[in-house]
Amino acid sequence: MVENRPWLTFLSHAVLLLGVLAVAFPLYVTFVASTLSLEQIMQAPMPLWPGDQLVENYSQVLTAGSTKGSKAAASSMLVNSLVMALVIPLGKIAISVISAFAIVYFRFPLRMFFFWMIFVTLMLPVEVRIIPTFKVIADLGMLNTYAGLTVPLIASATATFLFRQFFMTIPDELAEAARVDGASPMRFFVDVLLPLSKTTMAALFVIQFIYGWNQYLWPLLITTDESMYTTVIGIKRMIVGSDAANEWNLIMATAILAMLPPALVVMLMQKWFVKGLVETEK
Amino acid sequence: MAGLSLRDVRKSYTPELQVIHGVSMEIKDGEFIVILGPSGCGKSTLLRMVAGLETITAGEIAIGDRVVNNLEPKDRDIAMVFQNYALYPHMSVYDNMAYGLRIRGLSRAEIETRVQKAAAILELARFLQRRPRELSGGQRQRVAMGRAIVREPQVFLFDEPLSNLDAKLRVQMRGELQALHRRLGTTSLFVTHDQVEAMTLAQRMIVMNGGRAEQIGAPLEVYAKPATTFVASFIGSPPMNLIPRNGKLLGVRPEHLEPCAASDAMLTIDVDLIEPLGADIIVYGHEGKPGGDDSSARIAARLPADAQAHAGKLPLRYAPANLHWYDPASGKRIEP
Repeated sequence: MVENRPWLTFLSHAVLLLGVLAVAFPLYVTFVASTLSLEQIMQAPMPLWPGDQLVENYSQVLTAGSTKGSKAAASSMLVNSLVMALVIPLGKIAISVISAFAIVYFRFPLRMFFFWMIFVTLMLPVEVRIIPTFKVIADLGMLNTYAGLTVPLIASATATFLFRQFFMTIPDELAEAARVDGASPMRFFVDVLLPLSKTTMAALFVIQFIYGWNQYLWPLLITTDESMYTTVIGIKRMIVGSDAANEWNLIMATAILAMLPPALVVMLMQKWFVKGLVETEK
Repeated sequence: MAGLSLRDVRKSYTPELQVIHGVSMEIKDGEFIVILGPSGCGKSTLLRMVAGLETITAGEIAIGDRVVNNLEPKDRDIAMVFQNYALYPHMSVYDNMAYGLRIRGLSRAEIETRVQKAAAILELARFLQRRPRELSGGQRQRVAMGRAIVREPQVFLFDEPLSNLDAKLRVQMRGELQALHRRLGTTSLFVTHDQVEAMTLAQRMIVMNGGRAEQIGAPLEVYAKPATTFVASFIGSPPMNLIPRNGKLLGVRPEHLEPCAASDAMLTIDVDLIEPLGADIIVYGHEGKPGGDDSSARIAARLPADAQAHAGKLPLRYAPANLHWYDPASGKRIEP
């Protein structure tokens, strides 16, 4: 639609700019706060121009953590977060793509029953089953371990469903052609299905990376050891008691650090991500 | 290379739902056989049974003298070309053709020679590094054929390979297929619903209807002596006219009707549709009284291009040698 109404253009841009401001301003304040000293933050109003404590604040959180509350260094927390945010999507993709392959390409007894069983777990997110899951993990001695952090979150009905839908759009003739060519089912899976699912996997990876990175409730429950804190939990643990007692400059620096990796993943994988959601290479 | 035998081949999905009702045929080594029929007649199912993609409920399929009923497709020594080509989208043209050979464990050099040879035959040499989506329909079709050729199989199976192409390309590919068969001489089974493809490509054809082989024979023989009313009305465009006469069906092809003086008329039709095609004119009408009685047979006649065609009564005659008779109940041909 081509329209030329200057006022409408002005109005729509004004609304968009307001929206951008509403999103960007808090981020800006976070960044500014991470470059100030604690005294500067405590002034009212807080300065809105970056201060000179950038290097000091960031090196403090990266190497030593805050002096009050949690003493975990942001660097080790970032590693923990990274492990969690990588193992969850990779595990999810590996398991879902295999189970979707089984459901779509093999005819075994109770196939649809198992599919619906997987599908029903959509209704049971971590929050709903958190107490029994915690009990199981605790009994298995997996508290404060990477396995405990990731395994309960790996099974995914959404990803299985996504791959199933994708596989169903692949023409049957392709599987038949592979059969005539002499490819065994696993060979077909590895040589044909996996390469075709690349973009879907990339999209899923981005979504699940962020999902894993942003996990809050589950790591909050099962990590009690500071060395196992993830970044998101670390921020929470750095906040102790009343407003004035907290080292907001360090907390804000950690928050900025926590925001960077997901942003980076989205930016680097944006092309793949969009491709995976809108286009299928068939 | 080898022949192919179908011995009373049957297919049913459930005891009640039988889709192939016993087809038998001996195909000689190097023959080009077309299976022709309307959609849903079981022609693709029959082909897929030969390929090993569908199980055989009863009967036997043998390639050469080996019964293949229980063999996997890869062990049957066949190659198949699919209607939508079924090329691997993420592989280059070269890899598409080489994939089956790699699985068979052929040496790199051997694969290279075979693919290059097939590419040369099909004029694909320039496209070997491209992906299928960068090719036109006709080129993709050729890649699909190349994938079959490199296997050097005993039998080629074609499942309506030309039906996704536009009309002009179809004619061209038809010619190429014919040339290819002449060159390779591999036994081929070709499924189509297009009678022109069947007439032009087949050395012999099977006309199928409702899971039965209605007639098996050389194209011109099938055209000249259709064994059943189904074959008569399926082959030929427009199809053979079937006119009830004395409790039997009189069949006469549109091109065997010629206009004549009213006094010589063997048949008078009331023309209501005229289709000038350039080379000739096809007129359609009902036999019988003016105003038309809908129950009377609809008749088509092919007239020479210079004929004066107009709506209204048209007296026609035919030579008795060009007549066919059918039994209306069984649909079978009655030899005079």
